[in-house]
Formats: sequence, structure tokens, C-alpha cells
Amino acid sequence: MTILDKFAHLRATYGSLQAMGQDPFSVRFDKVVSPNEAMLNGRRVILLGTNNYLGLTFDESCIASAVEAVREAGTGTTGSRIANGTYGSHAELERRLADFYGRRSAMVFTTGYQANLGILSTVAGPDDHILIDADSHASIYDGCRLGSAKVTRFRHNDPDDLARRLRRMKDLPGNKLIVVEGIYSMLGDAAPLKEFVEVKREWGGFLLVDEAHSMGVLGAKGRGLAEQVGVEADVDFIVGTFSKSLGAVGGYCVSDLPDFDVLRVACRPYMFTASLPPSVIASVTQALTRVEQDTGLRQRLAFNAHRLYHGLQREGFIVGPQPNPIVSIRLPSLETAITFWNALLESGVYLNLALPPATPDNFPLLRSSVSAAHTTEQIDQVISVFASIGRSLGVIEPEVVAAE
Amino acid sequence: MNELDTIAAEIIKAINALPQVQQSVTQDTNIARDLGLDSLAVMNFVMTLEDQFDVSISMDKLADIKTVRDLADAIAELKRHQTGT
Ligand SMILES: Cc1ncc(COP(=O)(O)O)c(C=O)c1O
Repeated sequence: MTILDKFAHLRATYGSLQAMGQDPFSVRFDKVVSPNEAMLNGRRVILLGTNNYLGLTFDESCIASAVEAVREAGTGTTGSRIANGTYGSHAELERRLADFYGRRSAMVFTTGYQANLGILSTVAGPDDHILIDADSHASIYDGCRLGSAKVTRFRHNDPDDLARRLRRMKDLPGNKLIVVEGIYSMLGDAAPLKEFVEVKREWGGFLLVDEAHSMGVLGAKGRGLAEQVGVEADVDFIVGTFSKSLGAVGGYCVSDLPDFDVLRVACRPYMFTASLPPSVIASVTQALTRVEQDTGLRQRLAFNAHRLYHGLQREGFIVGPQPNPIVSIRLPSLETAITFWNALLESGVYLNLALPPATPDNFPLLRSSVSAAHTTEQIDQVISVFASIGRSLGVIEPEVVAAE
Repeated sequence: MNELDTIAAEIIKAINALPQVQQSVTQDTNIARDLGLDSLAVMNFVMTLEDQFDVSISMDKLADIKTVRDLADAIAELKRHQTGT
């Protein structure tokens, strides 16, 4: 008996995965050479699963800002935001984020995970209720568990189900906080946010939208789904991350609530961890400028997303409900998914293998995330690699020889 | 049958309709352990019951529920509080 015995069945599942080829959970790139290419086991692979939506990880201006900051201010802050860990640049980035969203306040966290953990566990107290989408990200579930509010799940992307639950609790005391995501990370489907807002207006409550996968992706200004569908005024909290479109690491929450800043001395995942290093703050600040100034990035991203989504759909793959930069195909079994994933890697394409129970409906997924940095040739190459593996594994129908 | 037994009977009927479940189910059946359902499967199953009985069971309450009887108790309790609303 050891204290880790409880993981025996996880160990067994993981072992059988490893036995089928390259271990999807311990891929080690020899070198990442650009936002869309890496060397893996001595071979060049296309990166198609890195959430690097705008390709800004290698942006010259972001790199230059980070290099300058590391020289000027050192490698780390070695302290918490409420002690020695807030430099002028942290405060300036918060100002910039608030301005970007046209809101009163912004708080920067060390990761997006911690932003959800901190906001959800602090904003909702023991007498309050949090209503979360059943397919919420782990950080949302964990934020609920860390806090003391009562938590209810509603069916994924189902405003009617949310309304039913709010109706049932209409006489209960306490505030209600509704939590949804802009784009869901498994299938790339967006929330029906207009309809959720109508439910909120009818039943009352506060609304938090996690725009982790939609910031820099959706909306004319890149502010996300709330901007795209024109309901920003109805969203009380927006949470986001620096680890996707902005190409670094970190998280944030913006809000118009007048007392928002009191959370800085109440929110434990904000207070009891070291702040982001100056170089990260600098590259993120510059990345935000790029998002504001270069609308072409979003256009290229949308072009690539549509090309991949429709290309795979035309080949006969089962894709998610909407063309967004996350493009997932559904596979019939675990074995097929793992074989497919290994074959893609053999053919020079890296993407994410997503397995139940982390996936909706308990089907394994091959999850791509498209970048503005991908070339049209890369997208087309990926589609043809998918098609030939899909045919050889019987996932899609054999090629029909069409008359030209 | 009292109210609790009626609710428990409905729950057992719903459990028997789950594709994963083969064994016979009583009020003492431990929903997760005896039926081999993971926590997500339990949460999703409870969602269908919530609609059936028109109640919402919060996740912290769900954490305390082990057997079919516990679940029936919780639903009966919620119905008492939520009816008429
Ligand atoms: C919806 C959602 N929220 C939050 C996060 C956490 O972001 P971070 O990587 O900054 O911790 C993620 C990242 O996976 C996410 O998908």
C-alpha cells in the first residue's frame, strides 16, 4: 500500500496509451522554431494544437519588449502583487486592459487558471449561487470548489435550461452568478450569449464570460464574443488569459463594478502567489498593442479557421458545430483516435488528443487550433494528411473518383 | 408508498434506463461505487432527475449523496422548499 495506490486505474489507462506509440502526454519538442513549426525527434512538424491564435509568440516587437524589460528590470519580481510584486508596468498593463475593454478596472493574475480560481471563489460568498455551464473549463470548476457558494450546472449552451434553474431558485436569498465561456475549448463552439443575456435580464444576476479562446479572435476590435454579439454592457466580469492570443502566460479579469479593486485584498489566488515577471508583462503589453492595431491578424486567423473547418468537413469528418479557430474532429473509438494521432505525428502534424471524460459526449477528439501564422499551403497540407489517414483507418469513406 | 418511496422508485427506474447499468438497484445502492459511474456521469444523470422533479441539486449537496435513498431524501427535501414557487 502506498499513498498513490488510488491512481492504479489511471496508471493502467495511461500505460495502455503509451503502448500504442508516442505518448501524447509527454511530447517533447527538440526546438520550437516559429509559431507554427517545431522540431520533434529530429523531424519538422507543423504545430496545429498550440492555441497560438495570432502567432504572436515570435513577434519581433513583442520579443524586443520582453528583452528590454528583462535587461532593465530583471528576471522576476520575487513577490506577490500586494507586496513587492507590482511594478509600474503591471499597473500600466491593467490600465491598458481596462481601456481595451472600455471598463473601469482590470486585475492581472499570474495565470488564467488563477484568474478563474480567484474571481469565482471570492466574488460569490456562502449565501450566493453560481450557475455554470456543464462543459466549463477545469479552472471554473476548481474556482467553484475553492469558494463557498452553492454551485449548479446547467446543460451546455442551453439558455432554457439556465432559465429553468434560475426560476427554481428565484426565492432563494443571495446573488446569482452565471458563468459561460466565449468559445469552448473542446469543440470550438461559441456560447449563445445573446440568449443567455436575455435570461439574465429576465431573472436577474451577474454574468461572467471567460473569453480565454475568444479574446483576439472574435469581435471587430478583438474583445471577444461579448463584443461580437453586442452585449458587452450586460457582462459584469470578463476573464481572459495571456497564454493564447497574446502568446505568453498570465490571466486577467475586467469589470465595471465600482468596488472591484477591493478584490485585490480579498482574493487569495491573487494575493498568495508571485506576480508575473517584467518580461512577460512587457511582451503582453506589446501583444495587446498588436491586437489593437493589426486587424489583419484576425482576418488571417478567420480565413485559416474556415479553410480547415470546411476542408475537413468536405472530406467527411465530423467537425464541431461552428467554424472557429478550434477545429475538432470526432472519432469513433479510443483506439482509432490514438492511432490517428500517432499517424498525424508520423506525417509531420502535431495537434491535441482529447480523451473522455474531458470531452463532450464521451467521444475522443483530435483537436486542432488554427493560427494566423499558418500559411494557406500548411492548412491544405494538413487537410490532405487528415484525409489520407482518415481513409486508411476507415474513419471517412474511400475517395470517390469524381468526374472533372 | 410514502413520498420518499415514490421518489426512490422513480430514481431506480431512471437508473435502470442507463445503458451502463446491468445490476439490480435498491434504495441502498451506492450510485457511484456500485454502478461504476464516474463523477461526471453521476452529475449528468442527476441533471435528468432535476428536470423530472423540477428541483436543482447544488454540487455541494451532491457530494454528500451516496445511495439512492440519500438522493431521494435530498429531492424530497428540495421539493418541500421549492413547491409553490
Ligand atoms: C476556458 C479557459 N479558461 C481558462 C484557461 C486557463 O488559462 P491559463 O492557461 O492562462 O491558465 C483556459 C486554458 O486552458 C481555458 O481554456
